Amino acid sequence: MSIYKMTLPVAPQRQAYGQALAEYGETHPSVVVLDADVSSSTLTSYFAKRHPARFFNMGVTESSMVDVSVGLALGGKIPFVNTFAALLTLRACEQIRTCVAYANANVKLVGGFAGISDYKDGPTHFAVNDMAVMRSLPNMVVVSPADNSEAAGMVAALAEYPGPVYMRVSRASVPDVFPAGYVPQIGKGVVLLPGSDVSLVGTGAMLGRCQLAAELLSKENISVRLIAMSTIKPIDSELLCQAALETGAIVTAEDHSIIGGLAGAVAECLAFNMPVPVEPIGLRDSFARTGPDTESLMDACGLSVEDIMAAVKRVLLRKK
Amino acid sequence: MLHSHSEKLTAEMYLKARQIRLDVLDMVYRRQAGHPGGSFSCAEILACLYFHQLKLDPANPQWENRDRFILSKGHAAAALYSALAQRGFFPTSDLEGWGHLDAHLQGHPDRIKTPGVDMSSGFLGHGISIGVGLTLAQRLGQERFHTYVLVSEGDMQSGVAWEGALAAAKFRTTEMTVMMDYNNVQLDGAGHDILSLEPLVDKWQAFGFHVIEINGHNVMQILDALDTALEIHNKPVVILAHTTKGKGVSFMENTSAWHGGVPNAEQYKAARLELEQAGGVL
Repeated sequence: MSIYKMTLPVAPQRQAYGQALAEYGETHPSVVVLDADVSSSTLTSYFAKRHPARFFNMGVTESSMVDVSVGLALGGKIPFVNTFAALLTLRACEQIRTCVAYANANVKLVGGFAGISDYKDGPTHFAVNDMAVMRSLPNMVVVSPADNSEAAGMVAALAEYPGPVYMRVSRASVPDVFPAGYVPQIGKGVVLLPGSDVSLVGTGAMLGRCQLAAELLSKENISVRLIAMSTIKPIDSELLCQAALETGAIVTAEDHSIIGGLAGAVAECLAFNMPVPVEPIGLRDSFARTGPDTESLMDACGLSVEDIMAAVKRVLLRKK
Repeated sequence: MLHSHSEKLTAEMYLKARQIRLDVLDMVYRRQAGHPGGSFSCAEILACLYFHQLKLDPANPQWENRDRFILSKGHAAAALYSALAQRGFFPTSDLEGWGHLDAHLQGHPDRIKTPGVDMSSGFLGHGISIGVGLTLAQRLGQERFHTYVLVSEGDMQSGVAWEGALAAAKFRTTEMTVMMDYNNVQLDGAGHDILSLEPLVDKWQAFGFHVIEINGHNVMQILDALDTALEIHNKPVVILAHTTKGKGVSFMENTSAWHGGVPNAEQYKAARLELEQAGGVL
């Protein structure tokens, strides 16, 4: 268990997303929203209340919901499709592959309860390989916003991007990283802290933890370049290669399996272009388990601030 | 309520259906790949849609007010390609390139590559749900179109198709007509042996559909059913078309071997002869 407690905003990330979606809908009549009977969990209920004619509750038919959204996209609408990330990306995976990705339909897939943020419901409800699955699909963009501000800003970014996008959203409150009103750019990583010894590349709910780890490491005279990598695909290879070249070592951090998500994307990019040692923080081929709250569960699953700091020190030992 | 269509029209539809079968035979033989059985079973249905029913503009394939057609049984791609070529969406000579590396005609329909294809398909089960989505989009927009979805019994064995049927009933998608090419033969054998859908009329009705049962090779019945479907305003409609797998080539009829079977030179010649000599109701 970590001794470090995160400072968390009152509103969970899903609330920031849900409210932003409803707000965006005010001025963008082509946006429609679908949910599979979990709108009061994903918080698309805000949109449903304000735009009832453009909200479709499909019941527990995730596969059909994706296909219905494809029809809406073919008819010129911009559908945001919502349910739990694991259900969306796994149960409806063939629909997403064939009818969204292959057909290049302008559908925005939003997986709620990302990572292990639904601590109380356990591994059936966790999404620990959603990014891996979505990243493997041609035409699919994958984003994982760091905080409330970015999750809200991503609504417009998704809607304005012409093509399929998958975004994961945490059920939990996640530490603030970006200022209010932040305008994210799909495909671009952001350097949050300049540093020269090692680069710490985090995504989603891990960014706050990375930030704290970087601060603590600076007191030990380790200069960490902190990078928010909110787009997992296409990965910002330019920024990564620059970080590899200038710092010579990389740590990745995600609330997701280290197989195929951020660690996979970063390792592939660097192996192909600029090989340096990489240490991954994430779930190690594990379904995780039920916990008392998201923060302590993350700590128990190898995602603590101490785990990040230890990974930084390990990778520095491997650095030539 | 039945409508009467002229003999001239029905004769034309039969000719188009025959041309679809001839094209499919040539295409499958040339490529030594494809799905003749399920392409032949829907030849009259596609002829009636593409040469009479659908509001289309081949010069403007993306015309917003065009009627939409989803070939949920995407393995009948060759039949669709023939209809699209005959309708003028691309030159009929393109049919010769089906499956070539640089061809726009893919093994199964691809909406990005082929003009006139409204939706990519191949794996079964998707069409009804996509049709529901198109219908909902149409209601929210200025465009006015009708959506037609052609499914097979393989489609209706997949759960997602019935999820789509639930959604169609919920949203009362009267701007969509589902057509079922019920040829009762699938890849591995007879439909009722592999996984029976019966009692199928009861199932459709229980899912909230108005069912019109027809002989799917009788053009007059198809045209009448398409008209009738537009007059049903209280529930979604399915035209349950009883058909024969491999229809038109006697040795291909009702055999699962011709789901994805390809003819040799001798079989090709015999099939071609039989199709050329046929006319009217098969």
